[in-house]
Amino acid sequence: MFDNQSKTPLEELDTKLRKVNAKNLNQRSDTRSDQGFGIAVRIGVDIVAALAVGVGLGLLLDNWLNTKPWMLILFFILGAVAGLLNVFRSISGHGYAVGYASPELKNVSGSNTNKHAGNR
Amino acid sequence: MADGKEQSPLEQFEIKPLIELKLGNFDISYTNSALFMTVTFFLIVGFLLLGTRKRASVPSRLQVMVELSYEFIAGLIRDTIGAEGRKYFPFIFSVFMFVLVGNLLGMTPYSFTFTSHIIVTFALASVIFIGVTILGFCKHGMHFFSFFLPPGTPWMMAPLLVPIEVISYLSRPISLSVRLFANMLAGHTLLKVIASFIGLLGVYGVLPLALVTALTGLEILIAFLQAYVFAILTCLYINDALKLH
Repeated sequence: MFDNQSKTPLEELDTKLRKVNAKNLNQRSDTRSDQGFGIAVRIGVDIVAALAVGVGLGLLLDNWLNTKPWMLILFFILGAVAGLLNVFRSISGHGYAVGYASPELKNVSGSNTNKHAGNR
Repeated sequence: MADGKEQSPLEQFEIKPLIELKLGNFDISYTNSALFMTVTFFLIVGFLLLGTRKRASVPSRLQVMVELSYEFIAGLIRDTIGAEGRKYFPFIFSVFMFVLVGNLLGMTPYSFTFTSHIIVTFALASVIFIGVTILGFCKHGMHFFSFFLPPGTPWMMAPLLVPIEVISYLSRPISLSVRLFANMLAGHTLLKVIASFIGLLGVYGVLPLALVTALTGLEILIAFLQAYVFAILTCLYINDALKLH
């Protein structure tokens, strides 16, 4: 009798909610619509930041090693490459990870991040 | 507004000490920036405490807002880090709320936007950067350095790739802080500059007024977006440190 009473709409609602939640869990990453604008805001700064770090490092090394323009020139180029690499990564789905995962590694460990990254 | 010589669009970013304090040679005055950070802190704590006070199964409007912000960050962490990211929820949520409320508080008239100062955003970004680096070392020990050499790289390329990866890694706190600071600084300056045209143009001041109204909406969008970007990048960095590749 007690059991019959507790099979009330509340329990039905609970099972329904669970179903909806499970659905949402699977769909969540597809329903992001703000990603495009978000990424546009992000990547502009990335090039400049890497370039600035490169120039800063170059100047520091020049001061330290007394090799006036050479380290600056070298690290300017490296910084520019790093900036482009940052942008390439963030738009091609590598996320912000430094380096790449080999395809086998990706399938094993990073399936979660890749799914997300692919959507961006 | 009319006497444009005295009003500068950058005046709003000026830091004024409210209570002068000195500790040795350091100036630790309580400034308007610190005041608004305190206000932000109490707003967040008040918002969360008031919203969760009743814990009703049919939530009030305030409770819905609290639950929304909780769900938003929880979903973000689930999407980017996965299950093992749960224990970083308090940190990411705090960072998100601090930046978000700071940005929105800056949108109220006569207030001060502390996120428009690079020292504030850079301090936040440094905490995240250093924390993530320590996290990576704790999880992986010396293996952490494989971060800078992508697996499968020919050894010939290593001397070229390692500096590039190191620069790329070091650029994280800078891009993180400059993005937030530059957006806030530029947006608020633009608002002030265009607002100063309203008085100068007389009847035609309606046009810049309409523009300022639209831009205010855009600024509120950007306030949300920048907090979101800040939070999602924190998540991605933590994810990188946990999984390395």
